[in-house]
Amino acid sequence: MSHDHSHPHDHHHDHGHDHPHRHPNQPDLEDLPPTYYQAMADAVAELLIEKNVFSGGELRETIEYMQGRNPDLGAKLTVRAWTDPDFKKRLTTNAKEAAAEIGIDTGPAPLLVMENTPDVHNVIVCTLCSCYPVFLLGKSPDWYKSREYRSRMVREPRAVLAEFGTEIDPSREVRVHDSTADMRYMILPMRPDGTDGMTEEELAALVTRDSLIGVIEVAGPAAG
Amino acid sequence: MAYAVGDTVQVRYATPPGHVRTPYYCRGRAGTVERVCGRFHNPEELAYGRTGETLLTLYRVRFRQRDLWPDYSGPETDTVEIELYEHWLEPPR
Repeated sequence: MSHDHSHPHDHHHDHGHDHPHRHPNQPDLEDLPPTYYQAMADAVAELLIEKNVFSGGELRETIEYMQGRNPDLGAKLTVRAWTDPDFKKRLTTNAKEAAAEIGIDTGPAPLLVMENTPDVHNVIVCTLCSCYPVFLLGKSPDWYKSREYRSRMVREPRAVLAEFGTEIDPSREVRVHDSTADMRYMILPMRPDGTDGMTEEELAALVTRDSLIGVIEVAGPAAG
Repeated sequence: MAYAVGDTVQVRYATPPGHVRTPYYCRGRAGTVERVCGRFHNPEELAYGRTGETLLTLYRVRFRQRDLWPDYSGPETDTVEIELYEHWLEPPR
């Protein structure tokens, strides 16, 4: 870069040389030519903005909102269900209305909450694409969108669960929910033992994204 | 044709072109209606910029893993539940 030397020059350059030079750029995504779909997405976004379907600011705002989601709302629903059996009943029969009771908007798609029990362990996959309740769980993990997870979870779910460190006893049914169409899913994990005296905040801290997808169970407080 | 919870249904075995939301692995397989989800726009139409009218009933169908994959190695109680639109379902043969 050529330095602008019109400002008062009261500091020392300690470069041992005085020719204009540029440092190499950090490698970045933009070093590569855009892929077909990047170019397509940019073109579609530009057209929609040009046609006033939405503004650039609204697009940015939506991206910021989506990327700002995290599993807190899913954890909040879970803890409420753990501590209030009537709420749990409502949550697993009409999730949208139950969530609205505690100020959570589940969005345009219907939500189904599948309860894990001593008899059934539930897990979510979308074999056709990557449907996922972003508003409740935050951005989906890359493995959820991988071809391997999407194909193997319906074919050999117990093997995939074992790779997540989750061994489901053969006496329990493993029930896989393939999110193929208009429903979105959240798993309601089982409340772990040893949590009787815990506050709602402490309980919420136990509930993680992966337990709401169903690839793990909620672990109790660490022993000791 | 309308189905009720508990009915046995079979997924049509068909391979139409276009955007279809019926996974291959359940085509031709029989399962049990787990719930009736309501009526929704036809995604096979929406995908091409059409309105998706008329609405289709969406079902959730429970399949035994053994019926999807004859060599499934887990317990025979393991299941998969899949959302399927009414025009993909037919009475069992």
